[in-house]
Amino acid sequence: MSSYVARSRQVAARMVGGEMMIMSGRDSSLFSLNETASAIWQAADGVTPLEQIVEQRICAEFDVEPAAALHDAEELVSDLASHGILVVSDSPIAEPGTPPKEQT
Amino acid sequence: MSSLMREMGARALRLGIPLSVQLDLTYRCNERCVHCYLDHDDHGEMTTAEILDLLGQMAEAGVFFLTLSGGEIFMRQDFFEILEHARKLMFCVKLKSNAVMVRAAGAERLRDLAIDSVQVSIYSHRAEVHDGITKLPGSLKRSLEGARLLVGKGVKVIFANVLMRQNLADYQGVRALASEMGAEFRIDPTITPMMDGDRSILSLGIDQSALREVFRNEDLVGNVEEFCAPPKGPMTAEDALDTVPCSAGHTACYVSPYGDVYPCVQFPLPSGSVRRTRFVDIWRHSPELNEVRSISLGDLQGCSQCVHQDGCTRCPGLAYMEGNMRGPSIQDCEKSFARTGVPSVNLQSKKSSTPGLVQIRLIPTAARVTSPAYS
Repeated sequence: MSSYVARSRQVAARMVGGEMMIMSGRDSSLFSLNETASAIWQAADGVTPLEQIVEQRICAEFDVEPAAALHDAEELVSDLASHGILVVSDSPIAEPGTPPKEQT
Repeated sequence: MSSLMREMGARALRLGIPLSVQLDLTYRCNERCVHCYLDHDDHGEMTTAEILDLLGQMAEAGVFFLTLSGGEIFMRQDFFEILEHARKLMFCVKLKSNAVMVRAAGAERLRDLAIDSVQVSIYSHRAEVHDGITKLPGSLKRSLEGARLLVGKGVKVIFANVLMRQNLADYQGVRALASEMGAEFRIDPTITPMMDGDRSILSLGIDQSALREVFRNEDLVGNVEEFCAPPKGPMTAEDALDTVPCSAGHTACYVSPYGDVYPCVQFPLPSGSVRRTRFVDIWRHSPELNEVRSISLGDLQGCSQCVHQDGCTRCPGLAYMEGNMRGPSIQDCEKSFARTGVPSVNLQSKKSSTPGLVQIRLIPTAARVTSPAYS
């Protein structure tokens, strides 16, 4: 079964010097996502299945086996969800938070 | 401060990113606090459309921490429209309010919008003292009702207690009230001169002996011996040249309700208007902000040789209001003296008895999440 991921609306986020900084609305904890985690978080629109995000945003950009990449992505998503940064569902999710743009 | 927060601040400083902005939505207010530095008339506030556009510009410029303040923010009919847009743009939003106008439905909306916190000004646990400062009868009762609603909905509330002669005896009472209610507590003995330069309200500030007593209260400062330890400066001339005096103009700035940009709310050096120039262009190219950025500790009159360099909280805005942004902020020299008993270089040459600046607060913990880095 496909899983769908959406950016939580309960966080604050900004790209600061190429690194995605995210503050949890739950307890004001601050998180920093590396490049691959940022790519997944930004693509988490609630309607694109995780497998497709991994294929389009990770495998197409980085030198990694699809199965290994999906496994890593599932672990990451589970970790982010446990911190309230991502929402995970078996069905599409409406109205995710808007991803911040890189500053101009 | 957490290491990740420090790292983010250092990166923003290196890259010239305005990480924090205070945006005052209005100077109108339902209170008339005796120590307030603002003129409460409306001289042409930004419209809703102007503010929403500005928020978009600030997000693009990299602003992460957005403080919405005033005046009283709830005096603006469009406050929630502005806040909703700010949260849609994923700012970390902090609010400053007296909470007098907060009702249950508003508290719920604030919770749903996942704001970081609401700072509420509470001057005393006694109505006659608090209301005497705000000049609004019943204001303590209403502020506490508002704060209670917010805490009840799960919104983080911080009681800000500005210390003055009128309420000096009451900070322990406010602290107890905060603790009982589940709010955080901050104390601040700084009185800021009026925006027009009038310094008469500084006479409301507490004196040296009271300040010394506050700094020796372990409930407020933690380890008194450490907090009041003798200064270890001055640092080497080379280190002083590399040291930035304050985040104002470097990673932070202030925007007034009229769209005017300043290095900080306490630093009224006009640096541009977002009504004429895009925010990012003011941030990057304003001659005034660039002048502020050009100043290092090594350039500061007296401070460059002062023993207090490490622990000093010199405010360049207060120095500017004293007449020279490269000069001393005597309020902060007074604070260093009250804390350590050692006079600063500038205090030795310039006697004053105005109060100092300090903010005592808890910093949340931080964590880092990464996924594997592919090549």
